Amino acid sequence: MIRVVLPAHLRNLARVDGELRVDVAGPTTQQSVLDALEAGYPMLRGTIRDQVTHKRRAFIRFYACEEDLSNEAPDAPLPEAVATGKEPFLVVGAIAGG
Amino acid sequence: MSGVRVLVGTHKGAFVMTSDAKRKQWDISGPHFTGWDIYHVKGSPADPNRIYAAQNTGWFGQIIQRSDDGGKTWNPVGNKFAYEGATGTHLWYDGTPRPWEFKRVWHLEPSLTDPDTVYAGVEDAALFRSTDAGQNWEELPSLRQHATAPNWAPGAGGMCLHTILLDKNHPERIFIAISSAGVFKSEDAGKTWRPANKGLHSEGIPDPNAEVGHCVHRIAMHPSRPDTLFMQKHWDVMRSDDAGESWREVSDNLPSDFGFPIDVHPHEPETIYVVPIKSDSEHVPPDGKLRVYRSRTGGNEWEALTNGLPQSNCFVNVLRDAMAVDSLESPGIYFGTTGGQVYGSADAGDSWAPIVRDLPAVYSVEVQTLR
Repeated sequence: MIRVVLPAHLRNLARVDGELRVDVAGPTTQQSVLDALEAGYPMLRGTIRDQVTHKRRAFIRFYACEEDLSNEAPDAPLPEAVATGKEPFLVVGAIAGG
Repeated sequence: MSGVRVLVGTHKGAFVMTSDAKRKQWDISGPHFTGWDIYHVKGSPADPNRIYAAQNTGWFGQIIQRSDDGGKTWNPVGNKFAYEGATGTHLWYDGTPRPWEFKRVWHLEPSLTDPDTVYAGVEDAALFRSTDAGQNWEELPSLRQHATAPNWAPGAGGMCLHTILLDKNHPERIFIAISSAGVFKSEDAGKTWRPANKGLHSEGIPDPNAEVGHCVHRIAMHPSRPDTLFMQKHWDVMRSDDAGESWREVSDNLPSDFGFPIDVHPHEPETIYVVPIKSDSEHVPPDGKLRVYRSRTGGNEWEALTNGLPQSNCFVNVLRDAMAVDSLESPGIYFGTTGGQVYGSADAGDSWAPIVRDLPAVYSVEVQTLR
């Protein structure tokens, strides 16, 4: 079970409070976590990554275990602590704008 | 009992305002989708309980929301707007070619007859259609693939398809307008398109017969006169009496012929409304006076409507999708401002009163007449 933390706007859109939990089949990667997230919450499609290219949206960042994983390859394994559910996978809206 | 429902899109959410036919007391709900840009909210003419809303932010992209109960509850539907085939390029501000890239939905136009069919005008300019109540979107690609498209360029707000006119008298006819490409017309339900900009003259375009490149801000049509179109261009108020084949200027005595919205009285096809704005570089009302101008002669002769509107120190703008008319016997005219006011008139513009004063900047105003 993977723990996922979404920014407030996406929690509202998905109508959830707090952390989400998703099941991932196979290796735990950004791609597999986001695939599982979007399968369980279809309204999130396109809000984190492009629906066609799967490229991360410009103002979205990914963090886990106090590391910025935003530019890691989508199919790179996430930290073991994320895969085991000890630490959450954080989807963060960049602090930008005014 | 008859009444109206005003649908307002703002910089920070959507608002639904309802009133009986007197239009004096308003019930206001919202914000819906707080914190998101709501470029447009529009109800289906075929089913007033069906409403579509275009919701976006730069962070999370585009969402389409649908209500099936008149705006009480909403559910996100499909938001995949994928250009069909090769995307090609248009001109960027510096004149270099730039690939088409989807940014947002500017305008949603529900079908006149089918609540499940809705069109979306998007930036970068293209027309999409859903026939399953917003779940899936397909582009009508021949517009974006038009031979002139490599020469289209964005206006200051982006290269947006912002106006979609459907015509119950000619179900296959569609007019769209793009800033800053101009008007395009289809007579075959969007399979083929041709520019409809003859007679438009735009400062900065050296070719007086330029087929495209005009910064058309808005076009409007009365359902009983489908061959007559009215246009607020960047500069100039125009009309066409041959279904967009040619245009002539009808600005005449307006204090400024720059502006964004234009609309038509529901019962008088020659009565039209604009909101003059001082200039393209200033985007404020002339002399700090917020005035709607009405022509009862289809243009050229304009009267200022000021009763109830601020006539000093007012420096708001009224954007292109932020004016609407209801169809009650004494028609209501509504508009919203970038200062967050929504004004309404229940007497065709003779007098005005604010419905609300302190919303976020208003992007769009639509109204449903409920019977």
